Amino acid sequence: MSECTCHKNYTLDTLIPQVGIITDIRQETPDVKTFRVNAPEGGKLFEHMPGQCAMVCAPGVSEGMFSITSSPTNKEYQEFSIKKCGMLTDYLHSLQVGDEITVRGPYGNHFPVETELKGKNLLFIAGGIGLAPLRSVINYVLDNRENYGTVDILYGSRSADDLVQLKEIQEVWMKAEGVNVYLTIDREQEGWDGHVGFVPTYLKEIGFDTDKVALVCGPPIMIKFVLAGLQEMGFTKEQVYTTLELRMKCGVGKCGRCNIGSKYVCKDGPVFRFDEIDELPNEY
Amino acid sequence: MYKIAKENLSALFQSIAENQELYLPVEVSGQVNYKAWTPDAKVSLETLKTVKSPKDAFFPQSENLYTVQRDGKKLSIQPEALKEQKFVVFGMKACDIQGVKVLDNVFLSDPVDSFYAARREHGTIVAMACHEPEESCFCKVFGIDCAEPAADVATWMVDGELYWKALTDKGEALTKAVESLLTEADGTDAEKLETEKTAIRAIVEKLPYSDLSLEGWNGDALTEKFNSPVWEELYKPCLACGTCTFVCPTCQCYDIKDYDTGHGVKRYRCWDSCMYSDFTMMAHGNNRTSQLQRFRQRFMHKLVYYPANNNGMYSCVGCGRCVEKCPASLNIVKVIKAFEKQGGDK
Amino acid sequence: MQELINRAKELLADGTVARVLGWKAGDLPYNPEPAYFETEESLKDFVYNGFCGANLSKYMIEASKLEGKTMVCLKPCDTYSFNQLIKEHRVDRDKAYIVGVGCKGKLDIEKIKKQGIKGIQSIQGAEITDDAETLTIQTIYGEKTCAYKDGMLERCHVCKGKEHQIYDEIIGESKDTKDADRFDEVRRIEAMRPEEKFAFFQSELSKCIRCNACRNVCPACSCRKCVFDSNKFDSSQKANVDSFEEKMFHIIRAFHVAGRCTDCGECSRVCPQGIPLHLFNRKFIKDIDELYGEYQAGEDTDSKGPLTNFTFDDAEPSIVTERG
Repeated sequence: MSECTCHKNYTLDTLIPQVGIITDIRQETPDVKTFRVNAPEGGKLFEHMPGQCAMVCAPGVSEGMFSITSSPTNKEYQEFSIKKCGMLTDYLHSLQVGDEITVRGPYGNHFPVETELKGKNLLFIAGGIGLAPLRSVINYVLDNRENYGTVDILYGSRSADDLVQLKEIQEVWMKAEGVNVYLTIDREQEGWDGHVGFVPTYLKEIGFDTDKVALVCGPPIMIKFVLAGLQEMGFTKEQVYTTLELRMKCGVGKCGRCNIGSKYVCKDGPVFRFDEIDELPNEY
Repeated sequence: MYKIAKENLSALFQSIAENQELYLPVEVSGQVNYKAWTPDAKVSLETLKTVKSPKDAFFPQSENLYTVQRDGKKLSIQPEALKEQKFVVFGMKACDIQGVKVLDNVFLSDPVDSFYAARREHGTIVAMACHEPEESCFCKVFGIDCAEPAADVATWMVDGELYWKALTDKGEALTKAVESLLTEADGTDAEKLETEKTAIRAIVEKLPYSDLSLEGWNGDALTEKFNSPVWEELYKPCLACGTCTFVCPTCQCYDIKDYDTGHGVKRYRCWDSCMYSDFTMMAHGNNRTSQLQRFRQRFMHKLVYYPANNNGMYSCVGCGRCVEKCPASLNIVKVIKAFEKQGGDK
Repeated sequence: MQELINRAKELLADGTVARVLGWKAGDLPYNPEPAYFETEESLKDFVYNGFCGANLSKYMIEASKLEGKTMVCLKPCDTYSFNQLIKEHRVDRDKAYIVGVGCKGKLDIEKIKKQGIKGIQSIQGAEITDDAETLTIQTIYGEKTCAYKDGMLERCHVCKGKEHQIYDEIIGESKDTKDADRFDEVRRIEAMRPEEKFAFFQSELSKCIRCNACRNVCPACSCRKCVFDSNKFDSSQKANVDSFEEKMFHIIRAFHVAGRCTDCGECSRVCPQGIPLHLFNRKFIKDIDELYGEYQAGEDTDSKGPLTNFTFDDAEPSIVTERG
C-alpha cells in the first residue's frame, strides 16, 4: 500500500521488545527469585550465548538489564535470577506464573566459550547473586563436557539461606564428573557444616594451580579481593574474566549511559578480561 | 546553480510545504528554533544560531517507541510507525550538518536505530552558508568550512538573492520540484558567490576562537586527560543542568521511560544529559557520584572517547551554542584552553 | 575591583577565610564564571564587572560544608537570597564572610545581542568603577554602542534597592537602577482574557527544553532531591511528554518557591529560551502582598513567611475563589 521501500534495510527496531510469559518462579533465597520465561506461544524468545543479558520490562514500572542465567543448551526456556533491590525488581517479585512481561535482547558480548575457554581448565568464583551469569557458562560447559578440562566452582554467600541455585548445585554440579564444588558462607550458622569464611580467603586456603582460566562475578569488593588473591597465586590478568554491571537503557551502545572510556558496557561488555578493564577509567 | 530573490522565498516555502513538511528557523516569543513552516510563521533565516540545534528533526527530544496494551494478564506491543513522509530541513548551517554526521555514526552503526534511519532517509537537508559568523563560533577548528556547507542542497544569501546549488540526488529532486520558482544563475552571480565565500572565510579568520588548538585531544589521550587535576578546577561552577546537552547538535544520550496514558503504557525515549545526577543511578548505586565525574564525562566523550571509536572524528562541531547558553559561562572552549594552559599536559 | 582583590588577599593572608567565592574572567568580554580562589596568586584572574550577574548565594550551600570560612561577594539583591537560605537552614552564617559588593545594574548579553550587535571583540563601559552610561562595543563588523540601561537584565529595571541586607563589610558604591514597577507586567497579564493568558503562557512555555537550569540556579530550589527527579513520580524531569507537562513543571516550581522566592531573577537570566519565568513568581508575590500584607522574602533571617505562618487575620480561602 505504502510507496515507502526504505524499511527494507532495517527490521523491527532492536528497542522494541517481545512479550514473554512467566512459566515458573523459584524462590531461591529470601530476596532472590528465578523466573522462567517463554514466548507466549511456547518455546524460547531468542537464542543467546553464556554471559549475555536481556532487557526485562514491566510496562508502566521500569525496564532493567539482567543477565540470562539459563544456559543456551537449554532448548526450552530462558531464566533470570533476580534479586529484589529496587523499584523494578520489587515489582517483578510480586508477579505470578502466567503473568506477562516484555523482554528484548540478547545484548552484549559473551564469555568466549567457543574460543579462548575451549579446552581449558576452568575456575568459577561467584558471590551471592553473582552466580547468575556464571551459571549459564557452567551449565553450558557441563553440557559440552568433552570440550573443557577440569571445572572448579567456588561459591559463597552471606548465609546458607542466600546461596542461589542450591538444589542444582547439589544435585547436578556436585555429581558431575571432573567438577569440584566449594561452598562457603560468611558467618557460622546453625545446620551448616560446610566452610565458613569470605570467598577471597577461602580461595587462598584452597590454593588453585594457575593452569586455569578464572571467571569471577560477585559484589565489587569481592571481585577486588579475589583478583588480588588470584594474582598472588600467580594468575595473570589475561587469565581472569568478569562481567560488569552499569545502568543501561538501550542495550545497543547508543544511549550513552553505560559508557566508560571508549567502551559501552552493554555492547562491548558486559564480559571483560581484567587486562581490558585496566585500560578503562576507574568509573565502574 | 540557481537563484531566487529573497522576497520570493515565502512562495518557495509554500511550494515545498505543499508536498512535504518543511522545518526552518522560526521565531516564537522572541526565540528562534527549527519549527514546521506555516503560512503565518515568522521565518528568520538571518538568525545564525537557533537556540536548539536542528538535531530534533532526526532525533526528537521525545518520541514514542511503542505502546503496551494490557488485557488481563496478556500484553500486546504496538510499535510506533517509522517516519514515512518526506520532509525538508531548510537553512542548516555547516556545523549542524557535521552534527548530523556525528549522530549518523551512532545511530546508523550496527544495530541501526530504525526510528532515526527512517527520518534520515526521508529528510532532505538544505544547507545555508553563514553570512556573518559570530565570536562564539569555532567550526574552523574542526575543519568545517561554513562558507561551503555540504548537504543535499547548498544555499547562500547574497545581496537579497538566495543562490541554490543541488549537490545530491535528493537535492536534485527537490530542485526539480521547485524549479518554476528558481532562475538560472549566470557568470556574474558565480563571481558574487565567490566574493561572498571569500568574505565569510576572512571573517572566520578574525574570530577569537578560530586559532583554538586541539593538540593532545585524541582517542589515545584517555588516561592522561582523565586523570588530569584540571577537571577539579573546571567543574565547580557547573550547575548540573542540561542546557549544554540540550542545545548541543551532537549530544545523543537518551533515556527510555514509561508514560501511562490510562489506556496503555507508552514507552518513549527522550534526550538525557550526562550532567544529571541520576544519569548513571541504578538500584545498586551510582558509578559517577560527583559533578566532577559527570562534567568530565561530557568533555571526555566529545574529545577523547568518541574520536577513539570514530577514526579521530570529534563529537564537537564548534557551533558555540554551549558558549552562549551555559548559565555558569562554562563551555568546551574553556575546557580545551584550561588544558592548554596546563602546559606540561600535552 | 582592585579594592576587592586587595581585601580578598588580606583575608586569605590573615586566615580569616580559606577561600574566596567570586568571579573569574572569561575568555570573551562577557562570560565571567563563578569561581573559588584559594591563593593570592589565583586572584589574578578575579574579575567583577557588569557581567557578573550570577547570584553566588546558592553556591554557599556547598561552601558551607567546606572547612573554614568563605569570603563571598554578594550584590545587594543577592543578599536577600542569602538571608532566605539562612532562614531555611541551608547555609551557615558562620561559614561566610560576606563582602557586599557595589552594583550599578548587571548586563544581559542576550539583550545586547538582540540589538543586532554581533562578532563582539571587546566591550568598554561594563567595568564597575566606570560611570559610563554607554557601552562601547568593538565588533568584527565595526564599532557599536548600546546604552547601559538598554543592556541591563530585566531584574535591574525593578531593582530592590542599593542596600545590602546582610554583610560583614561593603566594598564599592551601589546604585538603585529601578525605572519600572515590578508588577506592571503581572498587571498586564492579569488584565488579559483567559484565552489570551493561556495563549501567552502556551507560547512562552512551549519553548521550554526542560534543561532544568531555572531549577538548578534557583536559591529557593535547594531540595536535596527534587520531586521531578523522583522515579516514582509519573513524570520525566527531562522532556515534556505533552503540553500539559511543560506547564506543570513551571507551575509546580512556582508554587513550591511561593513565599520564599526573593525575586532574584536568576531563573529568567539563565533560561536558554528566554522564558520570562519571573512572572510566575511575581504573580505569587503580588498576591501575597495583597492577601497577607507586603512581604519581601529575604529581608531578614528570622521572621515567619506569610505562607508558613498562621494568624487569625489570614485571608480566608474564599477570597481566592472570589478573585477567580
